[in-house]
Order: sequence, then C-alpha cells, then structure tokens
Amino acid sequence: MGDFLVGLLAWPLAALGCLFVVSGAIGLVRLPDLYTRLHAASVTDTGGTLLIAAALLLHAVFTFADPMAAIKLVLIVGFTLFTAPTASHALAKTAMLVGQVPVGADGKPLLDSPEEASRLARSRRAPEGAGDEMPGEPSARGTN
Amino acid sequence: MSSATVLFATIVIALLVTMVLTLTRALAGPTLFDRLLAVNSFGTKTVLLIAAAGFLAGRPEFLDIALVYALINFIGTVAVLKYFELPDAGSGAYPEDDY
Repeated sequence: MGDFLVGLLAWPLAALGCLFVVSGAIGLVRLPDLYTRLHAASVTDTGGTLLIAAALLLHAVFTFADPMAAIKLVLIVGFTLFTAPTASHALAKTAMLVGQVPVGADGKPLLDSPEEASRLARSRRAPEGAGDEMPGEPSARGTN
Repeated sequence: MSSATVLFATIVIALLVTMVLTLTRALAGPTLFDRLLAVNSFGTKTVLLIAAAGFLAGRPEFLDIALVYALINFIGTVAVLKYFELPDAGSGAYPEDDY
C-alpha cells in the first residue's frame, strides 16, 4: 500500500520532469538563435531537475528509507536552483558583451550593431523606452 | 521488476535521449556560446543521470558524486565565461584585485 502511494506520487513527478528535460533539449536543438536556446535550456533545466529530484526524493525517503540520500538530493536541488540561473545569466551577459545581437521573431536583429550589444552589456541600465524601469528609480544610476 | 525500478529506468532513458540531443548542439555550434550552453546543460543532465543511475543500481551513495559534479559544472562554466569578459585575467593588469 505504501509502495503504491509512493508510486502514485512519484510517477507524475518523474513523467513531468522527463517531459521538461526532453522538450528543453529539443528546444536547444531546434530554436533559431543563442538567446532563444538559452531560454529553452535554462528554464527546463531548473524545472526538470526539480521534478526528477522530487521523484527520486520520494523513493529515497520511503523505498530506501535513507535520510542521508534525501539530504544530499535536497542539497543537489538547492545548488542547481542557485547555479543554473546564475550560469545562464553569465552566459547571456558575456554573449552580449562579445557582441552577439539578439534576433527577433521575424528574423531581423533587435539591435543596430554588435557594438550596441556590447555597450548594453556594460551599462547597468535598461535601454531607453524598454519600459522596465522601476517607477521611483533615479534615472542617473550607473551611467558608466 | 518493481514499479520503482521501471521509474528509475524511465528517467535514465529520458536523460540519455536528452544528452544525445544536447551533444548534437554542442557539436553543431555555431557559436562558442551555443557550445558552452550545451556543455553546461549536459553537465546538469549528468548530475541527474548519476543520481538516477545510483537509485537504479540500489546504491544511493552515488549522490555524493552527483553533488560534487553539480558544483564543478557551475564553477567550470563561470570560469570559462570570466575568461571571455577579461581576456587578460591573471596577467597582473588588475592590481586592485590582488588582495
């Protein structure tokens, strides 16, 4: 009975996690440019890791009755939740810095030149008219 | 074969398929950042694969290796990226960093 319940919880988690992971890899292969691939890979990496590790955690606790394994799994998920977005951010920022221009859905570049991309990566402010500035934020911040 | 074994085997197979797809991106490029992204993603999948394979073999002790791999994977990626941002890192050009 206990095994049945664990299976009932673990199977949907594992299935969803596998779906995330495989769809992320398909996105990584099929999407047109670096930034879209980055999106596919990083979002599904975090989600897939979380779901698959949750399925494994259920088995570690109930099937193997191994508390140390459960703690290690939680640690792995914790590290991944911190490091995967950080690595994605660093990758995107460095790509901009080196001058990779993002491409829009219609195939046109979203910036005028690689120098523009590099300049944006160096400044800490969003470009004019991007609309994501905080309301009360002084606009003179970080004009280096 | 118990339900748990089938579950672990399913996860392992899904991860192996994913890793093959990720490797094709790493080999195809076209830019260096695509390869880095693919390698980073491959590393994350490796962590999960080690964990799932450990459970499949009935030895959750493999999680130690997965834990270390998760840390090394991140540090490796950031170290390579740092080199692109500061190509002359380590040359002594940044004396203010030498605490």
